[in-house]
Amino acid sequence: MDIGWYLTVSALIFAIGAAGVLTRRSPLVILLCIELMLNAANLALIAFARMHGDPDGQIFAIIVMVVAACEVTIGLGIIVAMHRRRLPINVDELRELQG
Amino acid sequence: MAALLFFLAGTGAIAGAAGVVAMRNPFYSVLALVSHLLSLAALFLLLHAEFVAAAQVIVYAGAVMVLYVFVVAYVGGQDEPLGPRPGSGLRVVSLVFGAALFIELCIATLGSGLSLIDTRGTPVGAGFGSPGQIGELLLTRYLLAFELASFLLLIAAVGAVVLARRRGGVSAADDQARYSAMDLLRPANTGTMAEAVGVRRRLPPATERAGATEPEQAPVTDADR
Repeated sequence: MDIGWYLTVSALIFAIGAAGVLTRRSPLVILLCIELMLNAANLALIAFARMHGDPDGQIFAIIVMVVAACEVTIGLGIIVAMHRRRLPINVDELRELQG
Repeated sequence: MAALLFFLAGTGAIAGAAGVVAMRNPFYSVLALVSHLLSLAALFLLLHAEFVAAAQVIVYAGAVMVLYVFVVAYVGGQDEPLGPRPGSGLRVVSLVFGAALFIELCIATLGSGLSLIDTRGTPVGAGFGSPGQIGELLLTRYLLAFELASFLLLIAAVGAVVLARRRGGVSAADDQARYSAMDLLRPANTGTMAEAVGVRRRLPPATERAGATEPEQAPVTDADR
């Protein structure tokens, strides 16, 4: 398949993820939508790596996966801390970060 | 054959992404993301990125998603009504924003005039994207990025433990229930293995409240039992 098709799929996944971040209210699902956007970026990076025949883009994708794993770990830790403090798991009601 | 595989995997990836956004229960969203990640790994394989596809399946669809499932089960994935509060037009705005973003990204990539974008890419050898090639690049040319990534993972692990530990809380009731006969056999503060894992010798009940504020006892109450 042509590289352009992969880039189209990547753009569509990114748009779905961005719309999900705006629509959903649970921070768990918002983290999942951020994962979607990062994966779309990974797909574009690997498609460009294939286009140029250069594996540097794949290294970039692996580093993006590491950063995504760190972001997930910290985000889920914050959600668990919110649950322990009996805070509502809802981004509309959590407007500030203090206490 | 490659075109058929591409359409299957691409449809699976897009359907999984739509499922993440559209499912009412966060647990089903996580499962939709797993199917999305597996389809994406198939797309990576079609692009000759073998090592990245394997890492995607093992690390992402395996480890990270297990973490998600545990947290969803712990927090309690209650159903939420889809969309924002009734009355606000944020849902329509987000749909319009997503459509506009998709069109803009297509214009930015497909209309970029890159000469290779309508081809299947430059011909590559058999070792392109193999674990050997990626590993050699990570340990020679991209060594600094590799080490920084490992350091970032360490910081994230420490940060998650600090964020999610139990602070004080219900441990007083737990301590009362852990008074056992073995405490009579072990002298206090002698560095036994039981003390190392947090099974402390209890003080007698009369002095327990006074002893509860001693500094060497304070960290053990933070341990997440």
